[in-house]
Amino acid sequence: MSGHSTYQPTHPAARWLEDRLPILSLAHSSAVAYPTPRNLNYFWTFGAILTFMLVVQILTGVVLAMQYTAHVSLAFDSVERIMRDVNYGWLIRYMHANGASMFFIAVYIHMFRGMYYGSYKNPREVLWILGVIIFLLMMATAFMGYVLPWGQMSFWGATVITNLFSAIPLVGEHIVTLLWGGFSVDNPTLNRFFSLHYLLPFMIAGVVGLHIWALHHVGQNNPAGVEPKSKDDTVPFTPYATVKDVFATVCFMIFFAWFLFYTPNFLGHADNYVPANPLVTPAHIVPEWYFLPFYAILRAIPDKLGGVLAMFGAIAVLFVLPWLDTSKVRSATYRPLFRQFFWIFAVNCVVLGWLGAKPAEGTYVILSRVCTIYYFLHFLVILPVLGFVEKPKPLPASIADSVLGKKARRDATASAVAKA
Amino acid sequence: MSLRITLALGAALLASASLTSAPALAAEGAPQPPHEDWSFAGPFGGFDRAQLQRGFKVYREVCSACHGLSRVAFRNLAEDGGPGYSEGQVQALAAEYQITDGPGEDGEMFDRAGRPSDRFPAPYPNEQAAAAAHGKAPPDLSLIAKARTYERGFPWFVFDIVTQYQEQAPDYIHALLVGYKDAPQDFEVPEGAHYNAYFPGHVIAMAAPLSDGQVTYDDNAPATVDQYARDVTAFLMWAAEPHMEQRKRMGFQVIIFLIGFAALLFFTKKKIWREVEKPREIAEGKDPAQTSL
Repeated sequence: MSGHSTYQPTHPAARWLEDRLPILSLAHSSAVAYPTPRNLNYFWTFGAILTFMLVVQILTGVVLAMQYTAHVSLAFDSVERIMRDVNYGWLIRYMHANGASMFFIAVYIHMFRGMYYGSYKNPREVLWILGVIIFLLMMATAFMGYVLPWGQMSFWGATVITNLFSAIPLVGEHIVTLLWGGFSVDNPTLNRFFSLHYLLPFMIAGVVGLHIWALHHVGQNNPAGVEPKSKDDTVPFTPYATVKDVFATVCFMIFFAWFLFYTPNFLGHADNYVPANPLVTPAHIVPEWYFLPFYAILRAIPDKLGGVLAMFGAIAVLFVLPWLDTSKVRSATYRPLFRQFFWIFAVNCVVLGWLGAKPAEGTYVILSRVCTIYYFLHFLVILPVLGFVEKPKPLPASIADSVLGKKARRDATASAVAKA
Repeated sequence: MSLRITLALGAALLASASLTSAPALAAEGAPQPPHEDWSFAGPFGGFDRAQLQRGFKVYREVCSACHGLSRVAFRNLAEDGGPGYSEGQVQALAAEYQITDGPGEDGEMFDRAGRPSDRFPAPYPNEQAAAAAHGKAPPDLSLIAKARTYERGFPWFVFDIVTQYQEQAPDYIHALLVGYKDAPQDFEVPEGAHYNAYFPGHVIAMAAPLSDGQVTYDDNAPATVDQYARDVTAFLMWAAEPHMEQRKRMGFQVIIFLIGFAALLFFTKKKIWREVEKPREIAEGKDPAQTSL
């Protein structure tokens, strides 16, 4: 998007608008002419998928809010009304509930793609940081959204998570009172959570705007991790990236539809079909699956404040990731050691998620501690050291070169096989 | 290189797998309910109308003495995807119930005959009254078939996504209803409570609710506890998820459409990208449109 747009509207009305507000050339330069690296793989379609999911969540959410009642004695019933009596209410509500999970599946793939291909490195640090801010906002939104149906897990999840803030020295208790709007999780809590749950998605949309602005300013990273050097290295966004993004989004919708129509409660918790009861604590209080790795880190530390710090630290460390990774090479394709550590880290995150769903006892606690230590070790020790000790493979001269080289190699092998 | 990654990954997976089996002791003592065959399971599963009607009869004659069904309205019984009663039957059924309404013009509450739009009246005026009668308030059954579960554990919960197994609650309810057995010798059941093989902790306040021959069916279905349990479970599944048939039907249509749409997009994408993905021809200065794929 750098440089002045070459777009010239032809229709007089378009020219008239363009002279007063250059919105058409902005749209043209960012969604049509914008050059994208020609070698992007399908992991680069998750930005479009996430945008789609944000729109789905906002649209279904606005419709749900028309039927939902944020009051402790009515919330659960109003959700059941939506499920039973509102026309296609079950569809909208299952879409919204499963959509949250789909949003997180997509965002985790998006983030791990960024880590694998070093997309956070110079000059994309701000782009990455904006992404982490979106992730934080998503977590807050999802957490508060889960409270709204006012089931058992809503209530007890809210109680456990808001109580965490009481660990903060001096101001902790005040923060918790402020979150609750009283002295326990009650009607004021539900009301402010509903208000914030409606507000935050629009803040997400705003930061997404900045995220895309930053992206279009610095340009996309790519699997080779080398910057585009000539016109041969890129293709225009439309039609190339557009059709690829739409295809990937529709494939993702099939995956989404599977959960939505066939196993809509798989990703939720049965206890949330029991109305909230402050006098009965569920046997296991577990957050939604997408928080489980962080929940495991929280419980791994025997000290409350320490656990809270570790949990927030696990996200905070992502903010400084661009400076922790000392390697100048972006893509893991050319970093043989990093590539292995990346996969160990990914498996470690999955194991943490599994541990988060288990009761905090026995072997699980010890395993949680090992995995938590490894999580931080990866960021604070392995990544900084790797940059110095690793000998990266030679980088391709250009993107076109990496694509052509690979193809030429493949053709050579194919002909060799054919001869033999 | 890729071999080393595979080895590292394999080792990590092995480590996690061996650890999954270790803390089995930590799991609750209750045995897992056996899998039952349900007509409503799977992508094309639907309710068996006759079974729902039998299940409703069991609910009405047995369960409703203590358990409410407060989120279900009489009219639901005549709606699509449900037990398939006619509107007239529902009207007659609703009229058998007394509903407290009001206040009327005189400022007093009054009882009137039920209408299809009414919901099933609760057996007790409030939770405290129910608790006073039973020691603990019997749960409302409207959502029970979605509100109970048991842990599937790794790797079953992953397979469940593909097989669409999600009948943990129906399996559990059926197992619970047929699970009233004599307590093991060393197991002490507190006074006034009962032993159940599938209830978490095995001590349940509810006495065995069903006995053979207790409900007279209008069709030829066997009048056994197992059959009663099966039928009432199916009915409760419908009560918890009345739009399930519509949901699965729509899901099939949506997914078929999306697969077709994705296929068209795939070929569109392939055609658009053809020129880009034939970089050698372009590099050699040939017209990519003139060369075959």
